[in-house]
Amino acid sequence: MKMKLSAEDIAPVAFTVGLFVIWEAACRLFRIDTFILPAPTDIFAAMGKYWWPLLKNSFVTLWTTMAGFAIAVVFGIALGMVVGWSRTIYRGLYPVMIGFNSVPKVAVVPILIMWFGIGEIPAILTAFLISFFPIVVNVATGLATTEPELEDVLRALGASKLDIMRKVGIPRTGPYLFGALKVGITLAFVGAVVSETIGANAGVGHLMVQAGSNFQMPLVFAGLLALAVEGILMYAIFAAFERRMVAWAFRSSTGAGG
Amino acid sequence: MIALDNVTLTYPGRTGPVTALAGTTLHVRRGEFAAVVGPSGCGKSTLMKLVTGLIRPTSGTVAVEGKPVTGPVKLAGMAFQNANLLPWRTVLANVMLPLEIVPPYRQRFSRDKAAFQDKAMALLNVVGLGAFADRFPWEMSGGMQQRASLCRALIHEPALLMLDEPFAALDAFTREELWCVLRDLWQKLGFTVILVTHDLREAGFLADTIHVMSARPGRIVETRAVDFPRPRDLDVCYTSDFTQLVHELRGKIAEARQAA
Repeated sequence: MKMKLSAEDIAPVAFTVGLFVIWEAACRLFRIDTFILPAPTDIFAAMGKYWWPLLKNSFVTLWTTMAGFAIAVVFGIALGMVVGWSRTIYRGLYPVMIGFNSVPKVAVVPILIMWFGIGEIPAILTAFLISFFPIVVNVATGLATTEPELEDVLRALGASKLDIMRKVGIPRTGPYLFGALKVGITLAFVGAVVSETIGANAGVGHLMVQAGSNFQMPLVFAGLLALAVEGILMYAIFAAFERRMVAWAFRSSTGAGG
Repeated sequence: MIALDNVTLTYPGRTGPVTALAGTTLHVRRGEFAAVVGPSGCGKSTLMKLVTGLIRPTSGTVAVEGKPVTGPVKLAGMAFQNANLLPWRTVLANVMLPLEIVPPYRQRFSRDKAAFQDKAMALLNVVGLGAFADRFPWEMSGGMQQRASLCRALIHEPALLMLDEPFAALDAFTREELWCVLRDLWQKLGFTVILVTHDLREAGFLADTIHVMSARPGRIVETRAVDFPRPRDLDVCYTSDFTQLVHELRGKIAEARQAA
């Protein structure tokens, strides 16, 4: 059997290539200075030339992001369960969390640097701070929206609140949690890079700031591109993970019998 | 087995206290199939929650098996209009859920899992779902889901089955099919049933006794014994006596609505 590629399969590649082609054409047509906006060919050339620093710093950004995100997942799930468990805690903690989330994390980075010094720890903490909120909210929502009738069914059997949580609450939180993980991982990236641009010895953010101060615009853009690729990869990994773990949430109606 | 005496339930609503039930008295014998019919919003579902102890009456007494109800009764199986199966569990695992919760089954669950599986399969076979045990609920039609829901309500051999319009969302043919499934299960297992429904034909076909409720605040305004011989066949729905019964009940409900 021959695999047929549909328009839908080709579309992501076609659009990406198209974007680069238009970008390149615009740079050449309007003779845009490399210092203002480097053409994709310049960026790829910079990537080829500086592949090692890019790779090395990408790895630093990747691990600080993952470390911060891992803490966010553990902390977020735990707090989400506490918040979803009781209406009183939910009511009490929600405004605090909203307020906390409203603080721009960029503003917190200098404080973290003051506390922990320049290095990877502020990046890890920023990644954590920025990505834990959606995880808490989604886990809590998943628990809080258990169908009341289902709860009645279980309570009429003599189920305790813990039973209901274990048998229904936690499993049904799965899709909410994995949805939050997809969003969270990209946010964690933002956090780590923001922190790196403000104060760090390594990482893509740090590399871009340095390249910028040396007027190496193609390298700055190469850094951006590297971040975009990493972000897409991480998202794809978590999306695949989600599909595996909570396949039931992606049910299609096509399987339903009449 | 079930006795509600002069039960009143008032709860705080958005615009002041709402009286859902006012002085309701209802008695159901062991093994009886009782149906409760009435206009919508008359507190039928509240009645179910009172009997199962999920809510407490404002005044009056609720007793099950001679003992006053002070908390969830722990012996009732329930099924609602929405099948409410867990989408991450197969049909078999859904049906076995009560066994993971109700003592003494829960203590033996991991040890006797195979035996419990056989028990669940036997029940699924009775309702004609034997071949679908490994399917997920969302792969099945509404009627099949409702069959599974009935199995889940009965797997732990409850003395009492509470049904809140379980067939209301199904098409007419599936509904009649499931009436027969329920009739057969009831005749086989001999549990007590309280069926809350809008469907007078459903009540007439299945029940021993039909209680008619008034509009809110609800109370029982009429109790009718249904004495068509058992086992009943669907053909009974087309006899003149049956039509007469449904017609009279219809009149009662109309009165109850008028009074509101």
